[in-house]
Amino acid sequence: MYRYDEFDERFVRERVAQFSDQVARRLDGSLTEDEFKPLRLKNGVYLQLHAYMLRIAIPYGTLSSRQLRQLALIGERFDRGYGHFTTRTNLQFNWPKLRDVPEILGLLADVEMHCIQTSGNCIRNVTADHFAGIARDEIEDPRPTAELIRQWSSQHPEFSYLPRKFKIAVTGAEQDRAVIKAHDIGLRIRRHPDTHETCYEVSVGGGLGRTPMIGKVVRDYLPKADLLAYLEAIMRVYNLEGRRDNKYKARVKILVHETGLADFTRRVEAEFAELDGPSINADPQEVARIAAYFAPPAYRALPEKSAALETARAGNPDFARWVEVNTTAHKQPGYAAVTISLKPIGEAPGDATSEQMRLVADLADEFSLSEIRVTHAQNLVLPHVKLSDLFSIWRRLGEAGLASANIGLITDIIACPGLDYCALATARSIPIAQAIARRFAEDARQKQIGELNIKISGCINACGHHHVGHIGILGLEKRGIESYQITLGGDATQDAAIGEILGPGLAAEEVPDAIERIVEVYLEHRRAGESFIENVRRLGLAPFKAAFLELDRAA
Amino acid sequence: MAAVAKRPALPAILLANDLLDGDVVFASAVGEALAWTRDPALALVASDDLGAERLEAFAVAEFGAQRVVDAYLVDVETETGRPVPRHYRERMKTLGPSNRRDLGKQAGEGIAPSGRGI
Repeated sequence: MYRYDEFDERFVRERVAQFSDQVARRLDGSLTEDEFKPLRLKNGVYLQLHAYMLRIAIPYGTLSSRQLRQLALIGERFDRGYGHFTTRTNLQFNWPKLRDVPEILGLLADVEMHCIQTSGNCIRNVTADHFAGIARDEIEDPRPTAELIRQWSSQHPEFSYLPRKFKIAVTGAEQDRAVIKAHDIGLRIRRHPDTHETCYEVSVGGGLGRTPMIGKVVRDYLPKADLLAYLEAIMRVYNLEGRRDNKYKARVKILVHETGLADFTRRVEAEFAELDGPSINADPQEVARIAAYFAPPAYRALPEKSAALETARAGNPDFARWVEVNTTAHKQPGYAAVTISLKPIGEAPGDATSEQMRLVADLADEFSLSEIRVTHAQNLVLPHVKLSDLFSIWRRLGEAGLASANIGLITDIIACPGLDYCALATARSIPIAQAIARRFAEDARQKQIGELNIKISGCINACGHHHVGHIGILGLEKRGIESYQITLGGDATQDAAIGEILGPGLAAEEVPDAIERIVEVYLEHRRAGESFIENVRRLGLAPFKAAFLELDRAA
Repeated sequence: MAAVAKRPALPAILLANDLLDGDVVFASAVGEALAWTRDPALALVASDDLGAERLEAFAVAEFGAQRVVDAYLVDVETETGRPVPRHYRERMKTLGPSNRRDLGKQAGEGIAPSGRGI
């Protein structure tokens, strides 16, 4: 993992001191609310429905056990004993008091964490594949790139007041687990077919929100050494030409759309040609220094299979099912990545108590080289687990209610906090997720249905990624009551697609029935081995729409 | 940020967030004066323009005095004898997260059992 150098450390400590002073000046009246609000937002402090909210950056979703333990402590001492992992792999506390925030920021700085650039019109926390460095389909670890971008974009003087917020995601694998096509910039590490050198495919203008767009490729093979100069060229074109007159049209996706891909690309390339690349691109020595932090850890040489694991599987079907669903093959023989589901049936997706965080930190220390990952699907990962340790981990997780075997299944639902917490929300998300999870709780049924992603947002801003859910649910207000719009056919992977609306909005209590109808159509029409999303692509919307409208008539 | 948003239909109450704690607070009558309470049941209901103007003036003064933020009037029903916001969003603010009945005002947080909020 990356460790702060003296500059990082000083920068974060200075920011804590500055914010402490700003809070004091707000309280004594030297700063008005209008002056203070942008300052608190620059430090991740929002005002929500019931309280303030603090958003903590977890760069590219990587945490050490020490950091997770500190988050548990903060949750216990200053919040209500739990936190919420978000689709941007950050952690939010829902109940901090403004008077305590300076002290919380100090505790975060103690473990090399902060809340900088988790809000505002700047380049936000850079996200990456949660299986970075361990996935078998990986060409190259995306984390050194993500860390380089984090350093370059932190307090970048030219890009601190962009027309709107800006999100970058990186993957180094064939399968996109980082939703790069729904980001302002999505980077995919790939090999050049002729030179076989690793390069970046650069996509721009993806995004969800009120105008969902899939990112468009502006460069197929960008040499790695040119990364920062090329990013700077994109940011300059956006900074100059992005709209500042209308915040709903201010994201780079609108600029790319209105300019047209060819024209936009031409402007970026022209800017890139003008820039003094060598003065912007990172020093190769610095790149190597960063990369060294992400060198593979000291794995043990182990056989591909574990006899202990096979025995445990044979004797315990629940464990066998959990291994099948929640573990992922590791690059290193004899190891696996464990995904810990933060979606126990009936709980709020992505919530973890301080006790649960401590347990995961303990398990990481004992079994996963003290490392944890946060996924955009609001789950946690123990990235380096010996196969022979899986049974012990499963038992310990089970005692804490964290052994749900549902990763990628119908109850592994993404949901934003919605109107239960969020001041922007137009409807609740969490109770909808809870009701659907309860409806499909039975393991056999989840297994029968197979991979199916439901994603729920409580407003048009789409923090719950509903546009790219196989089934998407958007909560809106309709004539003074909560109303839910269902979309179908979205996809968050390399085959990224925006879902299409199935029919009129539904009342909250009708949503589980609607999901049931959609699933029935799939089960009725699927071919052998055909997943839900493959089935939707083959059949098109019509049969699903018909079943959905029947439900509407029956209501 | 304007201290007070556009006035809704009456009757209405005034709510805000406490600057230091973030908690939702309500303007209530203490003798002749107004003060903040965390208990929605004690919110003063303005039934006419005069009452609404009094609440708005209080919002402006308290916002200016660095005691609250995001103060605005909310239209309520009073049929049950206590003010209940007509819109579900504002009702959420008088209750707390619906998935966590153990948290927020619905769990009695910041509300004195004997009546007067703290």
